[in-house]
Amino acid sequence: MTEKRKRLVINISLILSVYVILFVLIKLKVINRYYEGIMIACLINVILATSLNLATGFLGQLALGHAGFMAVGAYTAAIVTKTIGMPGTLQLLISLVIGGIAAGAMGVVIGIPALRLRGDYLAIITLGFGEIIRVMLFNLDITGGARGLRGIPKLAGFNVVFWVCVLVVAVLYAVTHSKQGRAIMSIREDEIAAEAVGIPTVNYKLLGFVLAAFFAGVGGGLYAHYMTVLDPKTFNFMRSVEILVIVVLGGMGSLTGSIIAAVGLTILPEALRSFSEYRLLLYSALLIVMMIFKPGGILGQREFSVQGLLKRLKKPVVEGGEE
Amino acid sequence: MQFIQQFINGVHVGSIYALIALGYTMVYGIVKLINFAHGEIMMLGAYVGFFAIGLWGLPFPLALLVAMVFSALLGVVIERIAYKPLRNAPRISALITAIGMSLLLQNIALVLFGPDPQKMPAVISKEAIHLGSIQISYLTIVTLVLAVGFMILLELFIKRTKTGKAMRAVSQDKAASTLMGIDVNRIISVTFAIGSALGALGGVLYAVAYPQVEPYMGIMPGLKAFVAAVLGGIGSIPGAMIGGFILGIMESLTKGYISSQWSDAVVFGVLILVLLIKPSGLLGKNTREKV
Repeated sequence: MTEKRKRLVINISLILSVYVILFVLIKLKVINRYYEGIMIACLINVILATSLNLATGFLGQLALGHAGFMAVGAYTAAIVTKTIGMPGTLQLLISLVIGGIAAGAMGVVIGIPALRLRGDYLAIITLGFGEIIRVMLFNLDITGGARGLRGIPKLAGFNVVFWVCVLVVAVLYAVTHSKQGRAIMSIREDEIAAEAVGIPTVNYKLLGFVLAAFFAGVGGGLYAHYMTVLDPKTFNFMRSVEILVIVVLGGMGSLTGSIIAAVGLTILPEALRSFSEYRLLLYSALLIVMMIFKPGGILGQREFSVQGLLKRLKKPVVEGGEE
Repeated sequence: MQFIQQFINGVHVGSIYALIALGYTMVYGIVKLINFAHGEIMMLGAYVGFFAIGLWGLPFPLALLVAMVFSALLGVVIERIAYKPLRNAPRISALITAIGMSLLLQNIALVLFGPDPQKMPAVISKEAIHLGSIQISYLTIVTLVLAVGFMILLELFIKRTKTGKAMRAVSQDKAASTLMGIDVNRIISVTFAIGSALGALGGVLYAVAYPQVEPYMGIMPGLKAFVAAVLGGIGSIPGAMIGGFILGIMESLTKGYISSQWSDAVVFGVLILVLLIKPSGLLGKNTREKV
């Protein structure tokens, strides 16, 4: 118990110090608006990647429509804000929750037919779902059609995005370390065996998938209230693939891996502007090479922790003494 | 009358979907993998056909042959490089590799050929036979004859030859067929080669029908062909043919009577319905899970 509490204290102080440092740097104008934008993009990608990791890394179901869920959340949250129109953060939180619920409901609708079955149907259904969402965004009136949705109040700044991101990751960490999380991981390891020991696999598959959709919707809502303009073209299949690349690179089944990879893969293309033409070529090659040579990604299924790092530094001889 | 016209258009597209669906279903039957790169193999086949006709000036049948041989080799190479090392890995790894391969081919095509669509030369006359008020174009007839002809050839190959028999054996039980002296690696290569060649045939016919080629042309037909394969029962060869025709006809009728913008949504609606009502598809066998 003390070990657990110690870890909690370390983590909270770590998060707080990161926040304070960034906050002070922004206030001192060391971090200008451009860098602040990149930071917010990093944080939103962290939300999207960790949530996809729950479905793909922990549950072991390939989902290819994360941009679709993000779009549902983004548009719903934006429309809610525009119709209610209360000022401030409370409105943002309400919109985020409603956006998340809308995305989660979509997750239920396509999760039930796909997850009742064993096999790879989820991949193809989510792929199709992403396309349908895009067609709908382009053709419906309420979403502004191809022109996009404009004039969303800018309610999300660095503070809100940072704390929502922390909250999402904390909830995902709690879920993956709970009884439900262990049930979800057992399905990934062996679905037949999981069913044989009495785990209701369909329910838990749905739970994992719908939670992932919900948080993708929340991430989309933040995106909408930061960008203030939504363009349906941004929620295409390539967006889903980018999120998948982050998850695969960071390690399927490692939340901290997703965080590291999300930050890295958001900053890298910004730093290397000229190479952006070949970004997708590189991403696709990366997927194949990673799967063949290092399917675990950077962190595999382990989590990065300060204590584990310290332990390892003290006893450098011991191999892989993380736990 | 309009109904019959839309129906004929549907049969035309459907025969193309059926050809592409065969590749999905054959590969799935043997290695249990959704080969996401199949749509891109079809796209590259169409490009080769385009160059063979437009650049090298080959006659249409020869161009078809070149495209099919090229895609067959491409399919075998992809399997060797990307899928074979992962044959015993978790399924999700193989699936992610397939997605990666699909994107890689797409982006290679984008770099090599540029993003703009290029016009496919009209190789088959646009004239049509008139039966009352119904028109059947020569293109539709050629497409249908080629598609059905190759399907019959495939059926004969699988039912009558030794290699075909080996393919059926491998799809039933890989380990047991190894014990019976079947070279499983060779059979998998043959499967990829045949599937990819049929995909290229579909690709060239598709490019001739909507007279253009572009790097993204493989995505939607690929997805729809997959839906067709699931509809017919994935792993079942006659199922893929029937599924392709049904899907083509359904799509064409949606375009004619409801809205062309929503026809893609209807296709995926069909997929969701099939998975809800009869997940094994029209001709699929209900297999019991064995441990």
